[in-house]
Amino acid sequence: MRIAESVEVSAPPEAVWEYIAEPENYLRFMSGVTRWEVQGDKRSGLGARCRMLLRVGAAEVGGLIEWVEWSEPRDMAWTSVTGVDQRGRWRIRPLERERSRVELRYAYGVAGAGIFGWIAEKVAAPTLRRHIRRTLHQLKRQIEHERLRAEAERRKKAREGATTA
Amino acid sequence: METSTLAEQAKQNGHGEGPAPAAEESAGAGLGSMLGRAAGAIGRQIGSRLTADLDDRDPDYIRENLPFVWLLSSLWFRGEVRNLGNIPEDGPVLMVGNHSGGNVTPDTHVLTLAFSTYFGVERPFYQLAHNLVVASPIGQILRKYGTVPASHENAELALNRGAAVLVYPGGDWEVHRSSWARNTVDFGGRKGFLRLALKNDVPIVPVVSAGGQETALFLGRGNRLAKGLGLDRLLRLKVLPVSIGPPWGLNVGDFLGHLPLPAKLTTEVLPPIDLREQFGAEPDLDEAYDYVTRLMQDALDALAAERRFPVIG
Repeated sequence: MRIAESVEVSAPPEAVWEYIAEPENYLRFMSGVTRWEVQGDKRSGLGARCRMLLRVGAAEVGGLIEWVEWSEPRDMAWTSVTGVDQRGRWRIRPLERERSRVELRYAYGVAGAGIFGWIAEKVAAPTLRRHIRRTLHQLKRQIEHERLRAEAERRKKAREGATTA
Repeated sequence: METSTLAEQAKQNGHGEGPAPAAEESAGAGLGSMLGRAAGAIGRQIGSRLTADLDDRDPDYIRENLPFVWLLSSLWFRGEVRNLGNIPEDGPVLMVGNHSGGNVTPDTHVLTLAFSTYFGVERPFYQLAHNLVVASPIGQILRKYGTVPASHENAELALNRGAAVLVYPGGDWEVHRSSWARNTVDFGGRKGFLRLALKNDVPIVPVVSAGGQETALFLGRGNRLAKGLGLDRLLRLKVLPVSIGPPWGLNVGDFLGHLPLPAKLTTEVLPPIDLREQFGAEPDLDEAYDYVTRLMQDALDALAAERRFPVIG
């Protein structure tokens, strides 16, 4: 089963990319995620691995994932190595006036689980959809607030520089 | 396996140290003798089916059945397992739980699901279960999940392989306590789990669950009846419980299980305990027992305090 949601962010694709490429940020904006830990020496980029867990119903599901696509600053995708089968993809596309459309696609299931697997996917879908929507809104807020802070800092420094001169 | 061996195995497992039930009245001795002989035959049959093979655990089977167990745990029991991060990330560990829910034991299903999704089905995880459970038709399925007959030998085999082992020291004694005592940790004085942890030098991780004893109305253990019928000697059964619940109504023995009521199950994993670090090189078992059970009782009290209504949670 695949879920896809998107949001517009008032930041260029490069800023969005920079934020989602940092593994430490995931616990800040990924809704429902209880664990997002780098495994191995490689922190990010193609081939980097993370252990992630997402609370859905009575369990925290997830497992080891690996980044399998890393096309800066457009597409970033992961797939599961262990745990439930899952694929996730960030699609970042530029819009006018330094804005971006950010889409998160999430596909999940358990191969070989039969009818119960199908039912479980349907039952879990509303929860996962809520998580994904919330994730995107939290991502938007984090990035835009960070840009506002950076902008305010830049203006403050400019003012201080003008006063000194 | 002969029944005498079963009794010996039970003793080694600490089951011989349970509270001594009061003397059984002699009424119905003839019937008792007959039932005792029948129980003996069943006991021999069970013994022949008890071969622990850790390789029976099948990670692919567990994985493929996660959705079913997830549906059951999420929709029926509204299961919640907290602080799984307290379980060491790797290496052998002895998880010690309080046991509830009669012979259906829904808390085990919820915990097994949570463990399997949290650590992955690849991490070896074994559950010690009563001989009757492992020898039953459903035992064939449970073995694939890593359920093995409760004995020190099986537990040690698993621990030596670096596995996580789940043990319910209270076993049949605790699981059939009355619903009025649902928020009581009652291991019946069984300390075998402490000896097991010490001998294998593994940490104990207490696991406390609330709600399981609300899945039926459990009226009592029937321990006097069980002793009178000789079930304790022949089947390691110290109880012949009486409960009320679907689909049977009045249920004596709970041998065929029952349809559990959809009680909310909440489980909390407590921080690991290193017995030697806590109590010295040669820990006093009584002291360690009191400590572990008190910790668990305190946690169960806290979980019980969160519940506003039985079953609803």
